Amino acid sequence: MIFKGTRSRKRTGRTLRMRDRVLPHLISTATVLGAVLIFRALILRAEQWPRIKAQFFNLDVIIEVFPKVLHGFGINMSVWGIALVVIAVWALVLAILRSLTGPWFAPLKVFSIVYIDLLRGLPSLLLVLLFGFGMPALQIPGLPKSSLFWGAIAMISSYSAYAAEVYRSGMDSVHDGQRAAAKALGLNQGQTLRYAILPQAIRNVFPSLLNLAVALQKDVALLSVLGIRDAVREAQIYTARTFNYSTLIAAAALFLAATIPLARLTDYVTKKDRERRLQRTT
Amino acid sequence: MHKIEIENLTKYFGDKLVLDNIDLKVREHEVVCLIGASGSGKSTLLRCVNDLVPFDSGIVKINGLSIHSPEFPVRDLYKRVGIVFQAYNLFPTMTVLDNITLAPRKVHQIKKEESEAYAYELLALFGLECFANSYPEQLSGGQQQRVAIIRAMATRPEILLLDEVTAALDPELIGDVLSVIKSLKKQGMTMLIVTHEMGFARDVADRICFLDGGRILEEAPPAKLLSEPENPRTRQFLQRIIEAGRL
Repeated sequence: MIFKGTRSRKRTGRTLRMRDRVLPHLISTATVLGAVLIFRALILRAEQWPRIKAQFFNLDVIIEVFPKVLHGFGINMSVWGIALVVIAVWALVLAILRSLTGPWFAPLKVFSIVYIDLLRGLPSLLLVLLFGFGMPALQIPGLPKSSLFWGAIAMISSYSAYAAEVYRSGMDSVHDGQRAAAKALGLNQGQTLRYAILPQAIRNVFPSLLNLAVALQKDVALLSVLGIRDAVREAQIYTARTFNYSTLIAAAALFLAATIPLARLTDYVTKKDRERRLQRTT
Repeated sequence: MHKIEIENLTKYFGDKLVLDNIDLKVREHEVVCLIGASGSGKSTLLRCVNDLVPFDSGIVKINGLSIHSPEFPVRDLYKRVGIVFQAYNLFPTMTVLDNITLAPRKVHQIKKEESEAYAYELLALFGLECFANSYPEQLSGGQQQRVAIIRAMATRPEILLLDEVTAALDPELIGDVLSVIKSLKKQGMTMLIVTHEMGFARDVADRICFLDGGRILEEAPPAKLLSEPENPRTRQFLQRIIEAGRL
């Protein structure tokens, strides 16, 4: 009797598992799809819809302005790319300065702490305005006068403070035993950082750093307030002239096209990182 | 001749006295095991010998010279004294070979070829040469610990400090590590060993020191200390070990 019971449970177990796996997917997908269709029908039937469509999703307008917006977006992405490299290095320098021990390094350590406190505590927009308009206005000979340059400096300064803290958390996460081992082998402070601490720290915080990269990718649009003709500015120029917002939608689509793949990459790297850690503990 | 001389060593962690006026001498080629309950100060004592933890008063001498004397270069201390930790503490981002050759190359300026040749020699000695280019995470705990011992040996030290090197290992992996240590004893290595493995201590030690409350309460050859301890605290400690089935 018992034997028969377990056998039949085993057999239905497999079919059940298949059904368990597929059915929830079907039901949930159908539900969401249904909701979307109903919502879409409601929108399309609304009497304001043609106006909304003309204002926000006017394909002719989008096609007309797209080359300019795309060119502006190119500026966004170059600023982003350059800033990313500079931030990765400068933030690491800040984090290392902050980690230094010993009386000789105290001033550098204090500098790093003050820098991070100040720049993390200020809105990026304020920094962009301050640097982008303020520095060129000073007319200091020898310094660049381009607001694009100073705007980028503002973004770099601000994001470096965040990235430095991410690096620091990575350095703190390295087990004390690693420092003890490094010291016992006779490595000095610099060698300990270079060979023992930093490689592990950077590996540990890489997903968090990618996350910051995604945030920066869209925040470079802040530079448009300086009058730099980036994607947002180009779109705005058209909007101001015609009161049609479709170009902003075009710019939005471009930003999404850039940020979403990077966000997926971040997810993937985070997952790999988690698997690596789990593997290590077992 | 004494390899290690510890005189009047005292250390506090904050207000807590962890090492209370310790005196201990280790001769050349001698193997001394430190035993005692957790918190008795044995690991701290071990780490004072190569200056990993600072102490409040007393002197530690290696080859008759205080480790804090100006004539004793810091780099020399780390070359002469190797340490192996309970948690291996290998660098996970480096291959086994790089772990072993890091100190010889970067601290002691030994040529890459020379340090790698010696690393391979040691790896072969312990049957690990096939793992030279693996990463520590790809090895079992016992293999990692043997690599850690090789790393400590790579600077050709005269003294080896072993800090509960088998405590983190599965029972079936302990044997490999212990046999490596026994072979080091045969080669005449001077060793100071913190251990919970009483059977191992009996086999390998020339002398066993029982620590309690930061003091060496009893010090004797293994046959004497493990079989007929004089101090009641030692007896109590060993009784508990026997009850736990570890002797």
